[in-house]
Amino acid sequence: MSAHDHAEGHLPHEPEKATLDARNKILGFWLFLGAEVVLFGTLFAAFLALRHSVGDGPTAGELFQLPMVFGATMILLTSSLTSVFAVQAMHHHNKKSMVTWLIVTILLGLAFLGLEIYEFVEYVHEGHKFTTSAFSSSFYTLVGFHGAHVAFGVVWIALVIGQVFKKGLTVVTAPKVYISAMYWHFIDVVWVFIFTVVYLMGKVAG
Amino acid sequence: MKRLLPLLTGLVLLLTACGREDLSTLNPQGPVAEKQFELMKLSIGIMALVVVVVFAICIYVLIRFRRKQGDKAIPEQVEGNHKLEVIWTVIPIVLLLILGVPTIQHVFGLAKDYSKDKDAVQVKVTAHQYWWEFEYTDYGITTAQDLIVPTGKKISFELAAADVKHSFWIPSIGGKMDTNPGSTNRMFLEFPKEGVFRGKCAELCGPSHALMDFKAKAVSQESFDRWVAAMKAPAVMPADAELAEKFTSQCLSCHAVGENGGNSAPNLTGIGGRETVGGFLFNDEGGGVEQHLKDWITDPQGIKKGAMMPGAEDTGLTEEEIAGIAKYLAEYKLDY
Amino acid sequence: MAAAHAHGHKVKRYSGLMDWLTTVDHKKIGILYFIAGFFFFLIGGLEAIIIRIQLLKPMNDVVAGDTFNELITMHGTTMIFLAAMPLLFALMNAVIPLQIGARDVAFPFLNSLGFWTFFFGGVLLNLSWFAGAVPDAGWTSYVPLAGSIYSSGHGVDYYVLGLQIAGIGTLLGGINFMATIINMRAPGLTFMRLPMFTWAIFITSALIVFAFPALTVGLVALMFDRLFNANFFDVANGGNGVLWEHIFWVFGHPEVYILILPAFGIISEVVSTFSRKRLFGYSSMVFATVLIAFLGFMVWAHHMFTTGLGPVANGLFSIATMLIAVPTGVKIFNWLFTLWGGSIRFTTANLFAIGFIPTFVMGGVTGVMLASAPADYQYHDTYFVVAHFHYVIVGGLILGIFAGLHYWWPKMFGRILNETLGKITFWTFFIGFHLTFFVQHFLGLLGMPRRVYTYLGGQGYDDMNFISTIGAILMGIGTIVFLINIFVTWAKPRNASNDPWEDGRSLEWTIPSPPPEYNFKQTPLVRGYDAWWKEKMEGKTAMTPAEPVGSIHMPSPSILPFIMSVGLFIAGFGFMYDQLIVAGVGLAITLGCMVVRSLVDDHGFHIEPEEQDKGVQA
Repeated sequence: MSAHDHAEGHLPHEPEKATLDARNKILGFWLFLGAEVVLFGTLFAAFLALRHSVGDGPTAGELFQLPMVFGATMILLTSSLTSVFAVQAMHHHNKKSMVTWLIVTILLGLAFLGLEIYEFVEYVHEGHKFTTSAFSSSFYTLVGFHGAHVAFGVVWIALVIGQVFKKGLTVVTAPKVYISAMYWHFIDVVWVFIFTVVYLMGKVAG
Repeated sequence: MKRLLPLLTGLVLLLTACGREDLSTLNPQGPVAEKQFELMKLSIGIMALVVVVVFAICIYVLIRFRRKQGDKAIPEQVEGNHKLEVIWTVIPIVLLLILGVPTIQHVFGLAKDYSKDKDAVQVKVTAHQYWWEFEYTDYGITTAQDLIVPTGKKISFELAAADVKHSFWIPSIGGKMDTNPGSTNRMFLEFPKEGVFRGKCAELCGPSHALMDFKAKAVSQESFDRWVAAMKAPAVMPADAELAEKFTSQCLSCHAVGENGGNSAPNLTGIGGRETVGGFLFNDEGGGVEQHLKDWITDPQGIKKGAMMPGAEDTGLTEEEIAGIAKYLAEYKLDY
Repeated sequence: MAAAHAHGHKVKRYSGLMDWLTTVDHKKIGILYFIAGFFFFLIGGLEAIIIRIQLLKPMNDVVAGDTFNELITMHGTTMIFLAAMPLLFALMNAVIPLQIGARDVAFPFLNSLGFWTFFFGGVLLNLSWFAGAVPDAGWTSYVPLAGSIYSSGHGVDYYVLGLQIAGIGTLLGGINFMATIINMRAPGLTFMRLPMFTWAIFITSALIVFAFPALTVGLVALMFDRLFNANFFDVANGGNGVLWEHIFWVFGHPEVYILILPAFGIISEVVSTFSRKRLFGYSSMVFATVLIAFLGFMVWAHHMFTTGLGPVANGLFSIATMLIAVPTGVKIFNWLFTLWGGSIRFTTANLFAIGFIPTFVMGGVTGVMLASAPADYQYHDTYFVVAHFHYVIVGGLILGIFAGLHYWWPKMFGRILNETLGKITFWTFFIGFHLTFFVQHFLGLLGMPRRVYTYLGGQGYDDMNFISTIGAILMGIGTIVFLINIFVTWAKPRNASNDPWEDGRSLEWTIPSPPPEYNFKQTPLVRGYDAWWKEKMEGKTAMTPAEPVGSIHMPSPSILPFIMSVGLFIAGFGFMYDQLIVAGVGLAITLGCMVVRSLVDDHGFHIEPEEQDKGVQA
């Protein structure tokens, strides 16, 4: 296997784009994110169509606690920043710093998930269950889809860290770091929209 | 081109007076269907022109430019032709404008709302699996399957569905409008001529979707007024007291006659005088209304699969009782 | 090319069945798509024949109303998702990498995964026939009819789960081919030199990427409603049935162009080859394709003119829809003027292509008629619409697929299909098609709604329905002749030359039929549009290579895509029958395979020049 171990010093500045295979992966992933935009767009559209159909359940205005959600938003935005640091560290071929920032990213992601689970449990206690109303179904589906994306991202980045440990930073592992970071930014951006459309608009217009 | 035009006119003429007067969109019997038919003729005309041109070029090319056996010649490799490309971009745009303008006019024309119009007859249509309920809100009467309307007036419909989505359509009078569960749609129709017109459900609604027909019966204003009065008159119950009790307990829990009974099944007032039983068993055919009713009450599922009505096995009605109820209902006709 | 130090890897190479289960070779995956797609095409066709036999005469009772609804639902769903699209994917896989001078697609592993998810999704959907619970709410599955109250059995569950699984495969295919066409083109092959079929597939793939996720969301919402009592479409709890219609058609209308654009591409290639002429107005063809795709996203509500969206929406969507006729017309005339002045050879492939042009025009003009909303109030949900979309999909797409299959068959299998049998196929299918569907326009205008399992006599429908059924049987015979042709051809020696039609224009005709595993021994240098034709006209017998002969890197075969798809298949059943443990096991299998794929690097293997000379056949 030694043939594959590039000495880190010989890596190009952007090791994630060194091979055609890697460039394919990055392009393919951009396209996948395009599909994800439509996916979340449709979920947002369904939510917007149904958000006032609360039936006997609580309304968005009664339900949402903005400070906590704002906290979650800050955590996730920070995690996006830390993943940028990780990619920068990668460009400087600094494996240790990169791994550290990736771990911080994961921890922030987990904190976000913890808050979200806590939030959902609270809502269920307040009578806002998945089956309560059209609003609740579309809320849990939209926010839950995002949460599942975050959870998937956490597992993914953890696997990438494991590989970097095992195989080092190479032209094979670098694109994986880069793509997982792209994914992480994407779910961050989606969250910004969720925070605006679901929570802020829910609180203000709900 | 000039030689083509009479040909096309002939084609369009061929389309007119096509199909049954009470059923065909090509034989419109009211102003709404007529406007739609005009648009159809216009679009068919334009499109026939396009088809003829394409076919002509196609046939010419295929005959003229066939490869001869063993022909090795290489034709000139033409990249394109700006003039031609402008022509076949601009001409379609012009043709579409010719079609687009009346389209927009009619879209708005046919969407006029007559729900506040005092002269219009307001009818609330509720579609059920697999029957039609017609409520005349101004008169406080409800009927089923046969829509009775006066000639010469605007009929303003409010459409909704009680269960799944259906679509309300009387082809020779006007195009369709969906009946959605949970929200209402509006449309209007006009019936200038007296007669019976066939109506259909146009949206897949279950196993008996094909049988969800109804009839629209246009009558004179006087006749319509008499019908309204007859609908409002006290209900006629079976003469035989025992049968009347059976009828009340077994049928009127869901159906209604006059002011008596429930409203989850078709209103039976004057059912003996309707065009059909079940929307599609024509009473002037087969065994007639009494036989149809007898068959229906005995086994509605056998006639219209998925109908809500229980058969004799579940109602426990004896053959004799069924015969009695069928006879009573068959004789229950409104005079109008 | 790959660095020389990586040559030592030994990769297990399979043979027989395992070879097909593990292959990541686009040519073999193309063949798999063809076999599976054609199999589902036969099933969908059988369903169609039963439908037509039931409608042979008024008040016929071959099948009951509920069975009939199952047949129409499965016919539509099968034909669109499991027959038409896979057959297109078959041609895409077989041809696109060859047309762009590539050795494979961008993601060979995902290509295999895409096939297997489609296949198991399709199998899941069709197992509903054996489970006795078949989807019966139409291929559009409008709610509430498709909701849990009015479709209480598992029928619609098979629809939502089968299509979700198959949809993953389609989406992966779309991403893959976009990336392939952007990144893997041979040197000199700029976008405006791409063959028209490649352009069509590029745009189609973009449509897939941006349309399919909408369907996925709709199906997930419907599944949540049905299985977990969510309220997306449940009116009683604040849901909205019209929302389903919007979501479905936001996907559904681009889907129409996903189906037809590749056919446009095929026709462009076939017509140009067999008239020995350059495609007329190439750049306007490209522009028209892009414009059609763009407009395709803006017109979905013309499927909902009678839903009650109001005059403003109906007016806007009417005009937007009519606009699509302009770029489509440009294409029609460009094909006609490609033929004009050419030297037309009537092979079976070209017969299908030429048959396509007037047939598709007829489907197109009825489309413009339908675009006029007030007239559509009459046409909507009648046999007129049935006639229209069969003219577009069968008269357009299926004729296009037949043209493409006859045209590229030698490239896929090394043998030219029998021309006599091919011409019998064409004439029976073509005449049968017009007999079946031409009269249906008039049935609709005379007031016959679609999706009716029977009709009363005496309404003027009897004769035309009879004719229609006879036509359907003819189409069935045409398909059987094609099947016979496949077997007859199979028995013949594999002797097709590189350029069996002699007038080939693009890169796929510069390499052996079928091509070796690595396609191009040396990546070709492209010097213009119609790259191969250009070289031929300059008297060359081969392309100028863009690289020296060298060792060729290939991806390793893998069984993981198959196992991942089996996992999704198991999970589908688990969700359907409320066995969440089974669902969890299925998902765990799939996710586990993803982890394995992520952790274990695929180094691939190399084919050395000595081996290349021996000829490594696909």
